Amino acid sequence: MRDYSILAEKARTLRLNTLDMILKAGSGHIGGSFSIAELITALFYGKMNLGDGPEDRDRDRFILSKGHANPILYSVLIDIGWIDEKEKDTLRRLGSPLQGHPDSLKCPCLDCSTGSLGQGLSVGVGMALGLKKQGRKGMVYVVTGDGELQEGICWEALMFASSSALDNLTVIVDRNHLQLSAPTEKTNGLDDLGAKMRSFNLSVSEIDGHCFSDIFSALDKDSQGKPKVIIADTVKGKGVSFMENRVEWHGALPNKEQADLAYKELGGRRNG
Amino acid sequence: MGDKAATRFGFYQGLCELAKEKEDIYALDADLAKTTGSVAFQKAFPERYIDVGIAEQNMIGVAAGLSRTGLTPFCSSMAVFACGRAYEIIRNAVAYPHLNVKVIGSHGGITAAGDGGTHQAVEDIAAMRSIPGMVVLQPCDANQAKKMARVMYDIKGPVYLRTSREPVENITEEEDEIIPGKIQILKEGKDMAIVATGMMTILAHRALEELERNGIDASLINVHTLKPFDKEGIIREVEKSGRKVLVLEEANVIGGLTEATAAALVECDGIRFSHIAIEDRFGQSGETGELLEAYGITVENIVRKAMELKER
Repeated sequence: MRDYSILAEKARTLRLNTLDMILKAGSGHIGGSFSIAELITALFYGKMNLGDGPEDRDRDRFILSKGHANPILYSVLIDIGWIDEKEKDTLRRLGSPLQGHPDSLKCPCLDCSTGSLGQGLSVGVGMALGLKKQGRKGMVYVVTGDGELQEGICWEALMFASSSALDNLTVIVDRNHLQLSAPTEKTNGLDDLGAKMRSFNLSVSEIDGHCFSDIFSALDKDSQGKPKVIIADTVKGKGVSFMENRVEWHGALPNKEQADLAYKELGGRRNG
Repeated sequence: MGDKAATRFGFYQGLCELAKEKEDIYALDADLAKTTGSVAFQKAFPERYIDVGIAEQNMIGVAAGLSRTGLTPFCSSMAVFACGRAYEIIRNAVAYPHLNVKVIGSHGGITAAGDGGTHQAVEDIAAMRSIPGMVVLQPCDANQAKKMARVMYDIKGPVYLRTSREPVENITEEEDEIIPGKIQILKEGKDMAIVATGMMTILAHRALEELERNGIDASLINVHTLKPFDKEGIIREVEKSGRKVLVLEEANVIGGLTEATAAALVECDGIRFSHIAIEDRFGQSGETGELLEAYGITVENIVRKAMELKER
């Protein structure tokens, strides 16, 4: 489904549901969830082959390597019916399948347990290799943060993906320019990330990560036998003016007043 | 007995045999095929062999990914790098989701003698034992190492296997059954129980004759499964062997067989306990023989410790 106005509406709803979940939980990562709202919407509703559901061995796979953004992933999985709606209010609660970071044992529809940064990318590379070795057609999509790329394992994985010609792998970098403590470029800057990626012989697209036509043209691009990297320029906290591009909204919880304003800006109201 | 062989090579002999019938078996290495022994698999099954280059972290991540597509990866590096460099990847990408990934650390202990302390794993056993759900194995000889391939395959979950560099004589037969999670009684004795793992079981076996000459009838217990630990088996055998126990391991005393055995026996009365282990220090360069001697890992030291224990 590629109707951009419907997709935009979906992204807005996902942001609202994410906000609901995090407020209910009392903690969680809003900024990095909101920055990938359009990316995850495009993938799940307009690109990925979800097959007959989570059990389908031939469907595409999705790894949220920046696992802390999982509230928005849970919102998607609830929406498509892979996670029971009744779990929505259990985020970060004892015994919940919705752990603070994705846990594939407690929530089996998740394709990977992540949260320790950098590892999801490496696992995704192994997954793409495993599918290829077995002649299976599923694609592997991995979303990483930009700060996450400071982890050395990411570059080990990218180098290996390139030398293994894993053209069934797409890595999407949520280039929101902020990490937990400070701006990424002031911490350990990635500088010209596109040039770095191209030097690894990867098929690189640099796009506006909130623009559906940009996202789909990058996702659809023929990577000429190479692994695909999409560097998606995004705004952390996108959709709520006072959260946008503010480092403190990595993991902060809005107070009552801020929450009311956030709901108002997202065009919704608190649910539960 | 037969010729001497190293467990690192014995294991891959077993894995190559098993891989003929199990097409889901893949082997990964990080540029150390000849060192770890995985070169045998590389030659036999080039399509199912993956050398990730000098990148142990990514090796484990890739293995986790392969496992998530239904394959059964066996990953090798020297124990220091497999368990140390890649520790947190094993913890979070493999053990936390309880994936069916096998890690083989070669050169466990200090017998990477010439290479020095950077390449000698004293802490691998403790590190792997401390991860929830991880099974930890160490064969004593090449015959047992060979059989470990199937044992590991049959366990559906993460397993660490430690192999050694040094060729040793085979004291077990290929037909001997390995029951994971249980101790293996190689000899019964009434005076004391020698509880050993890996190469130390071989040294203890060599010491038996000398002990007998000195009037010590020791039982010899091989611990091929360091986790889950056979607490009941240890208690039973120590109680049958004069309530005296001598533990032998070529690993740091912290978090290894010594502590596991002590913990198993802590509620038993009247136990006399002795051990040989690496006493919380790193290895160093040297010729294998002189290095082992410097660290007390010798038949003579086993005999001396046993004689002291006999008198207690």
